[in-house]
Amino acid sequence: MSKFKALDGNAAVATAMRQINPDVVAAYPITPQTATVQTFSEYVNNGLVDTEFVTVESEHSAMSACVGASAAGARVMTATSANGLALMWEIVYIAASSRLPIVMSLVNRALSGPINIHPDHSDVMGIRDSGWIILMSENGQEAYDNIIQAMRIGEHPEVLLPVAVCQDGFITGHGLERVEIYEDSDVQSFIGTYEPEWPLLDLDNPKTYGPLDFYDYYYEHKRQQIEAMENAKPVILDVAKEFNERFGRDYGLFEAYRLDDADVAVVVANSTAGTAKTVVDDLRDEGHKVGMLKIRLFRPFPAEELVKALGHLDALAVMDRSVSFGAMGNGGPLYLELLAALAAHGVSLPVADYVYGLGGRDILPREIEGVFRDALDMAETGEVERNVTYLSVRE
Amino acid sequence: MSELKGWKEIPIGGMILEAGNAEQYETGDWRAFRPVFGEAECINCFQCWLNCPDSSILVDAENEEMVGFDLKHCKGCGICAAVCPVNARVSKKAEEELEKDDPRLCIRIVEEGKFQEVGDE
Repeated sequence: MSKFKALDGNAAVATAMRQINPDVVAAYPITPQTATVQTFSEYVNNGLVDTEFVTVESEHSAMSACVGASAAGARVMTATSANGLALMWEIVYIAASSRLPIVMSLVNRALSGPINIHPDHSDVMGIRDSGWIILMSENGQEAYDNIIQAMRIGEHPEVLLPVAVCQDGFITGHGLERVEIYEDSDVQSFIGTYEPEWPLLDLDNPKTYGPLDFYDYYYEHKRQQIEAMENAKPVILDVAKEFNERFGRDYGLFEAYRLDDADVAVVVANSTAGTAKTVVDDLRDEGHKVGMLKIRLFRPFPAEELVKALGHLDALAVMDRSVSFGAMGNGGPLYLELLAALAAHGVSLPVADYVYGLGGRDILPREIEGVFRDALDMAETGEVERNVTYLSVRE
Repeated sequence: MSELKGWKEIPIGGMILEAGNAEQYETGDWRAFRPVFGEAECINCFQCWLNCPDSSILVDAENEEMVGFDLKHCKGCGICAAVCPVNARVSKKAEEELEKDDPRLCIRIVEEGKFQEVGDE
């Protein structure tokens, strides 16, 4: 029997980690993720898990320890935020290219500077080309569910890639919510036993990880990573299907909310999706055919499926909680990638970007409503008035 | 170098699943300098064998003799000559620091391709 508990997003993830009982966790505290590993370290101390908890002196070391442990054949998890992730960066790439299915809880926070501890997505967007699978979560429940599914996705023999599970710092990371926690034994049987094919600790079959790889083979190894990313999408859907059968929660590559018959829609990721849904409902009550699409899988980017879900719209607004400085129009990464996806699939519709919430700036229902009203205008005129808007920044 | 394989044929992640296959990679052509036996007689102390980072000192284990250099793998680093106690003794006897290619030494280091001495391979 599952139980409903009042947990914040960090505690929900720590609970998932307790149930998963990984062999090794190596992590360094950083706000707003600290509560995850702090809570988990209590589980270690109280003997609730068998995990070897490696306290390290930096995130660079945390990810390095994860890489070593994962190569050894262990099931490995970690957690970080913002500058911690930035310090890991070199090894983040090495984890992916060494094909090590490490699972990381990434509690999103703005990157310095100026220094800030509140949520935006500048941290995760920094690793978007690193070869990690990236899942986004609207709330603590989704973070909990995604962490459990991430184990299966990353460890799948056709994938073997690390997975980052994101949620917004403080808003859901520290926000108390009702979270359904499944039976420990059900989680254990869902994730199963990890049987790595090439563990370093298999001393009868000595092998080398991370050797020098020049122009004669490096490119072939990158090609393999591309294939693993391609393979990930069906695996993610299979795991989601099985998860739904077992636990009764339906996950796809994204969530479409009142989208099928909508004329205009907003694309959004993480906690803001919750606010956007109430705005959709209010505007629907007024008779506007609006909908929302919430990104769950950001890497690999499900371009074809997104275009299929959005292609019928008369206008689209994208909400980006980060900015890609110097990119086309100084827009956000989500906007740029969606725009490319639509163009590549020959779909032409007015699309505008709304950069919002940088450094944890609140996003209010009336601001999201303004975005929808802009989209309704775009649908009527067929014109994009402004490509990129910086929402609620003071002039 | 053998025929290069496609991405579907090689272990993922750059893993090497075959232990000790570094031997198949011939690093000898990286060499700018090479070790050769000089005139001073080798005392078979095996200091060169012990210190060589590329396992490129050839020994006859049965007769406990140092017999030469594996030039397919030797990168010409010169550590063998630097640790050779006979070299040290010859230098001391000559009362000067000898050039590394001095023929009086036990292991001398010469520019690759410049000399070909009897019994150096």
